[in-house]
Amino acid sequence: MLKTYTYPHYPYLQSPGQQSGQVVRHPVVVIGAGPIGLTQALDLAQRGVPCVVLDDNDTVSIGSRAVCYAKRPLEIWDRLGVAAPLVAKGVQWKVGKVFFGTGLAYRFDLLPEAGHKMPAMINYQQYHVEEHLVRACAQAPQVDLHWKHKVLAIEQDADCVTLTVQTPDGLFKLQAQWVVAADGAHSDARRLLGADFSGQFFQDRFLIADVVIDPEGVAAQPFAAEPERWFWFDPPFHPGQSVLLHQQADRVWRIDFQLGWDADPAEEKKPEKVIPRIQAMLGPQVKFELEWVSVYQFACRRIDQFRHGRVLFAGDAAHQVSPFGARGANTGIQDCDNLGWKLQAVLAGHAPAALLDSYHEERAVAADDNLGHSTRATDFITPKSRSSRRLRNAVLELARSEPFARPLVNSGRLSTPTPYPDSSLNTPDATPFAGPMRPGSPCADAPIEYRGEPGWLLERLGQGFVLLSFGPAQPVSAAGLTLPVLQVGLDLHDPQGLLKQRYDGQPGTVYLIRPDQHVAARWRQFDHAQVQAALRRALKLH
Amino acid sequence: MPLQRQPNIPEPDLFYAELIEAQRDLSDEQADMMQAKLVLILCNQVGERAVLSEAIALARSNTLAAAQPTT
Repeated sequence: MLKTYTYPHYPYLQSPGQQSGQVVRHPVVVIGAGPIGLTQALDLAQRGVPCVVLDDNDTVSIGSRAVCYAKRPLEIWDRLGVAAPLVAKGVQWKVGKVFFGTGLAYRFDLLPEAGHKMPAMINYQQYHVEEHLVRACAQAPQVDLHWKHKVLAIEQDADCVTLTVQTPDGLFKLQAQWVVAADGAHSDARRLLGADFSGQFFQDRFLIADVVIDPEGVAAQPFAAEPERWFWFDPPFHPGQSVLLHQQADRVWRIDFQLGWDADPAEEKKPEKVIPRIQAMLGPQVKFELEWVSVYQFACRRIDQFRHGRVLFAGDAAHQVSPFGARGANTGIQDCDNLGWKLQAVLAGHAPAALLDSYHEERAVAADDNLGHSTRATDFITPKSRSSRRLRNAVLELARSEPFARPLVNSGRLSTPTPYPDSSLNTPDATPFAGPMRPGSPCADAPIEYRGEPGWLLERLGQGFVLLSFGPAQPVSAAGLTLPVLQVGLDLHDPQGLLKQRYDGQPGTVYLIRPDQHVAARWRQFDHAQVQAALRRALKLH
Repeated sequence: MPLQRQPNIPEPDLFYAELIEAQRDLSDEQADMMQAKLVLILCNQVGERAVLSEAIALARSNTLAAAQPTT
């Protein structure tokens, strides 16, 4: 039991299929009601796809797990209508500081420019986030969330997937055209399908402590002056190891102490070991209470294929990274963003099932990008040899006075979206463009004016294919879809000129935007046939 | 520009003496640290990733070759 939080217990409800004994076939079943499964359900519901969510437990995430939620996932949640309370209650931050001993070695700013609706990052305990998402699912009529439903077997043929599920009422079967397996790092679905999940285990251990610090004690701490991410290499209060500190909601601070591989996890979890570590950090007079303590080690690995027939893997079930960089949950939410519209297009008959192969194509690239960042950060934080430790310490010592060494300091590179520049869904540029909005990139937000009111671009892009134009363009029909046009200067306005600047929006420029708000194609002038061809390409229709 | 593999340092003896002299009074640990820092400082000076890759590969292959028994 935590002092600042009481875990909810959601009621078990028997599934209609178990009651009647009939095997009901659903369009989509999501396994796992963590942040990823719940987000996937909300995304599908918003696209008009009814889905069933099964979770083997009856509550939210236990303990201290995901903390940081980055701008792009917040933008996705905003599209799903759930970001506002998270942003309101989470701790917003954008500056990170890295210390070596007592001196500042490196400082980064995740969002140095203004003009974005969502903040660079918020810190919010995972159980709070899940509770918000569960509430949103309860209000979405297309989401049918069932607790105490554990999947024991998965069989699939050409037409559907059959799941054998255990509930307090015994076993029953249900079917789905498509299954999203979002059942976490220890995924049963992955095991049941025999999918390979390989990678690198790191020989190091970390102590996680969630601490409520007395308000007077907090006021005296230099790290509490601004909500920032603070990371220490070899601090005086924890010599030879690293420490990471994040402020969460409700005055709860999350501290990660590096312990080294030889530490005894059972011993290190004991309050008589933990309390002196924290006291050394905060100072002898400061009062605090322990909310949560655990010891973890980690791995960097990913599933061989994100698509196994009619089963699609998302979140930690598909990839696992080290915690430095906040890339776990943030990547998973972007998996949902990528998968939802593709499932909807296939179910609606707008696209062939091959479109779902592009889910692996695009998200495996993102997972590998995250794994690379995560592995490199880990190699810096936990050097594997005496000579790499010497090089690491050389970087840190130089960084105190020498600006050139600071970009080499790696305490975790924080989650940013991985673009898909080589995706087969993209139509490559035919003419040069400036700026980062190349095909395969997530759309940058920008302040706009809509119907005389200030607003944001991403709010107006919606969640279907859309044409964003900086000149005349007409709606385009193809593949059973009709694309609306958002014309800058007509349908929406760009009073600060930031939209034009971020999209290199010279007069006549047209962007084809995907339902997950990524650029599919762009041209310097509108051409009906080219838009049709690009749309068909983005749906894998040729 | 490819990696410079031909002599490029004027007054090589004086340069080498300066390098050795800089390690005087340092413990082995400090001398190792100084060399690590020198590597980083010079890598930044070069800056070109392709040249750095070539230099890293040369240092490694030369070290491995030196460890082989000569025939």
